[in-house]
Amino acid sequence: MSEKTAIKGGEFIIRDVKPEDIFTPEEWNEEQEMIAKMCDDFIAQEVEPNLERIDEMEEGLMPSILEKAGELGLLSLSVPEELGGMGVDFKTTLLATERLGTGYSFSVAYGAHTGIGTLPILYYGNQEQKEKYIPKLASGEWKASYCLTEPSAGSDANSGKTKAELTEDGKHYVINGQKMWITNAGFAKVLTVFAKIGDDKNLTAFIVDAESEGISLNPEEKKMGIKGSSTRQVFFNDVKVPVENMLSERGNGFKIALNILNIGRIKLAGAVLGGAKSGIDYSIKYANERQQFGRPISKYGAIRHKIAEQVIKCFVTESATYRAGQNIDDAIQAFIDEGMDKEQATLKGIEQFAPECAILKVAGSEALDYVVDEAVQIYGGMGYSAESPVERAYRDARINRIFEGTNEINRMLTVDLVLKRAMKGELDLMGPAQEVANELMSIPDFGDAPEGVFANEYKALKGFKKTILMVAGSAVQKLMQTLAKEQEVLMNIADLSIDTYMAESVLLRVDKMIANKGEEACKDEIAIVKTYFYDIADKINKSGKDAINAFAGGDEAKMMLMGLKRFTKIDGYNSKEARQQIAQRVIEAGKYNF
Amino acid sequence: MKILVCISKAPDTTTKISFTDGDTKFDESGVKYIVNPYDEWYALVRGLELKEAHGGSVTTVTVGTAEDDATIRKALAIGADDATRINVKPEDASQVAAEIAAYAKEGAYDLVLLGKETIDYNGSQVGGMIAEHLDMPFISLAEKLDVDGTTATLDKEITGGVQTVEAELPLVVSCAKGMAEQRIPNMRGIMAARKKPLNVVEPTNAAKQTSFVKYALPAPKSAVKLIDPNNMDELVELLHNEAKVI
Repeated sequence: MSEKTAIKGGEFIIRDVKPEDIFTPEEWNEEQEMIAKMCDDFIAQEVEPNLERIDEMEEGLMPSILEKAGELGLLSLSVPEELGGMGVDFKTTLLATERLGTGYSFSVAYGAHTGIGTLPILYYGNQEQKEKYIPKLASGEWKASYCLTEPSAGSDANSGKTKAELTEDGKHYVINGQKMWITNAGFAKVLTVFAKIGDDKNLTAFIVDAESEGISLNPEEKKMGIKGSSTRQVFFNDVKVPVENMLSERGNGFKIALNILNIGRIKLAGAVLGGAKSGIDYSIKYANERQQFGRPISKYGAIRHKIAEQVIKCFVTESATYRAGQNIDDAIQAFIDEGMDKEQATLKGIEQFAPECAILKVAGSEALDYVVDEAVQIYGGMGYSAESPVERAYRDARINRIFEGTNEINRMLTVDLVLKRAMKGELDLMGPAQEVANELMSIPDFGDAPEGVFANEYKALKGFKKTILMVAGSAVQKLMQTLAKEQEVLMNIADLSIDTYMAESVLLRVDKMIANKGEEACKDEIAIVKTYFYDIADKINKSGKDAINAFAGGDEAKMMLMGLKRFTKIDGYNSKEARQQIAQRVIEAGKYNF
Repeated sequence: MKILVCISKAPDTTTKISFTDGDTKFDESGVKYIVNPYDEWYALVRGLELKEAHGGSVTTVTVGTAEDDATIRKALAIGADDATRINVKPEDASQVAAEIAAYAKEGAYDLVLLGKETIDYNGSQVGGMIAEHLDMPFISLAEKLDVDGTTATLDKEITGGVQTVEAELPLVVSCAKGMAEQRIPNMRGIMAARKKPLNVVEPTNAAKQTSFVKYALPAPKSAVKLIDPNNMDELVELLHNEAKVI
């Protein structure tokens, strides 16, 4: 195994990564560019002209668009060739998800079908199940839904009340219960249903034919956004499911649910990236066209600040998403090299980067929300009109902070996953945390200052990582078993981790770009990195301060706060000028062009 | 039926156009190229439809350097069987036409299809010149093309109506909007594209007959002047004295 593939999930907290070790979106090959263009063309041809009809839920329209996507091969990117799919690597599926992420409700229907709809069977099905279902799901002939959430079991998914009982002849399970917020329910043929057998503690997953007797649907939910996405309640009343339709083993359902959601999280980061880029394009276009006080509003600093900030958040999210995407591909390959089959390896590879998946879900959905919120603001009164494109974007974006695990659950998960790995000895957090603790009590080592255009940022990055180690290490020691209940502190630690991962990703990406193209060609990207670090240092300082003051006191708190000040110190930077420069570039181009 | 489709690249339609070297060179930095839409959507797709209906093959030909390979592979992804690149930088229409004709002569094609123009230089010359070199009939601006045996029937737009013409194969046709619908390459096409032959042949070194001297951008659009609907006199005055149109 090369050193590159040996990078583990969550390890960014303790390990320095080099620019040459990460993948950047500047490195897409010709074939990947062509796939991206195909997705753009598909959205332009099949989705954009039909947005109104989609949102009005015209009968049969969404399934027909999914079928057209199937004809192009877009429903089977993750499916191996022997099951009728394309078998492309993980980051290419992320790229397609990004480009189809501009499709509003279609993008949700697409994500649900190809992700949570298809993947449970692909990754956990036996050969017979795969052969029966996957080719038809891959072509779009059958559509799939994932039935996990219940009225009283949302974030606490394992508490579901849906039951499965074996019939006396042992040939069937009989399912009874109610599922809620089921995407694509209106036209799905194949359902992955999670239910508990008898008094089992854990869920079991079943593949259920949606046309089975005893299944009924509530009317479409009336939602704030993604109005064209079919979302219904599904009722199971004595639904007989053949025993051979059990997915994986009894009691394995919760694990399946978590692993599939985990994939959904990083995919969601891809999708929101597409939405964000399109939101920025609308913002720039409108700001260039709209004249007030005799000039286009894109000439005004207040608007330019917003546009620059939209660009920064989008570029940062993109850097981190594809960095993680490549890490996952490398991990998958490493598992395959160890002799694991492709599906197992894919699951394991993505699971390995579960902390990053959760981080990306949170950061991506919040970046998109910023972009669409400011897009409405840039449109002014027009943005509040249902006739403007950003009004739909604003409403549709909001769900991303809720589904695939709320951002609160994902923040806690980020910390939980990393700490559990530390406890198991898979991730050596305690050693480095102790070093930081020792550093606090010794004379600060000013050491060798790094050199180059990002000297300041690399130094700050080291400090950010020390902040995580100091705060998390001390929180674990102080709060011990009660840490899991101290949600505010967990949120702080999660934010420290998220901000650090994003900062490192954008720094490494641009440093790699500079190595390939030189500083002059990357001056706008350098402005992005410097502005982001300048801002995030204060944010990290605040998260750290809030956490420390919540669980420490007296001299101990004082010492940590002094350390924090040192760790989050960053040189002054004219971020106003930098934002002007970033905005100028996209305003001149009339679109997001990073 | 053996069909040859001429493929040219063109800057993406959202490209900001600028010039360098004292307005004598098109500034290619950061420019993204696409397959010229008239070549792709109409000529290539109609060629593929005819092949699907009558059998045969679709070959593409491009005059260009290795930088054009990405756009050529897009044409292969859409469905062409093979591609040829004549390895020389295109300089003007007569050079391009001479190179393509020299290549086409060897292939005994029944149909040579190309877009009615490229969306960058809009020359519309290459088709006619190829036909002249090959001594074939040339139908320009065709919006419909059907083949029955060795006879082609074509519709072309004329002022205020449509003209239907017939011609015997072999034939050169420049294709306009309406000839076919855009075809999005599918995943199989994209993945097959890298395995399809992209042959590079050396040019005959045909000479160009014209040279670009200078480029200029169109004058920027001036701001809109709003006039009160009750003030017709001002409108007339401005149209007469300022715009000088009445």
